[in-house]
Amino acid sequence: MNVEIIIFYIFSLLLLSSSIAVVTLNNPVKSAISLVFSFFSSAILWLLLNAEFLSIILILVYVGAVMVLFLFVVMMLDINISQVQEGFVKYLPIGIFVFATIAGLLSYFFYNQFENSDDNIITSIDLIGTDNTKNLGYLLYTEYILAFEIAAIILLLGIISAITLTLKKSATNKYQNPSDQVNVSKKDRLLIIRDEDRIK
Amino acid sequence: MIPMSHYLILSSILFSISLAGIFLNRKNIIIMLMSLELMFLSINFNFIIFGNYLNDLTGQIFVFFILTVVAAESAIGLAIIVVLYRNKQGINVEDIARLKG
Repeated sequence: MNVEIIIFYIFSLLLLSSSIAVVTLNNPVKSAISLVFSFFSSAILWLLLNAEFLSIILILVYVGAVMVLFLFVVMMLDINISQVQEGFVKYLPIGIFVFATIAGLLSYFFYNQFENSDDNIITSIDLIGTDNTKNLGYLLYTEYILAFEIAAIILLLGIISAITLTLKKSATNKYQNPSDQVNVSKKDRLLIIRDEDRIK
Repeated sequence: MIPMSHYLILSSILFSISLAGIFLNRKNIIIMLMSLELMFLSINFNFIIFGNYLNDLTGQIFVFFILTVVAAESAIGLAIIVVLYRNKQGINVEDIARLKG
């Protein structure tokens, strides 16, 4: 029994059980915590697949940023669980049916397609060269530089849209109105009073 | 060593769990977003597995970009949930149907 096989089975069991917990637990905070757990176990499985950089990115970006955002929102909103949970039992048969159908078909296909040849065994030999991070960085900055910049624009778009959606205009906030500023004329700003008018 | 089909079956079971989760939690939009995250995770799994199989790093590059897009998507989705909660005092999915465009 190889150590790698033991690690694979332990963490795939953890991944599947925590993902089942995500969809079945009725408290959203508990679901978010089990989602964090499933991200951790899949990061370890990615390490077995020689994707070292991506597994670290999964922990840093997902667990560190996205899941904290989820937890913030879940804890900030006061959710009525009993109202939100209704219909769970009603949809349980169709959920199990969908799960069984899709999982059965995909597993059957993958098992038949990729079981019988010798070259489909995941080995621990590194892909190209030795340093996964170095190779990924090289590819990212040469061949995929345009996609990399588009990803930066997408992140900027995410920032702008999240801020504009949640920004609340209140009386205490001071902000400029550019169209008012452009449309201003000399009359609005400057009042000319002649000397003789004043004497009269 | 672990056969590739084991990894593929694992990712397909993960995908179907998250798909069933969207069906089960019809009322809870936050759990639906979490199921979406799990679905993206299983897709990333497939990219990495096949990249390893073909000895090609392009799969991992794709995973990198998918992670970027998913981070932006979940930020926007959570902002929409916050706005929905502020307007309707709840995150019931049926409230979204009352929107008139």
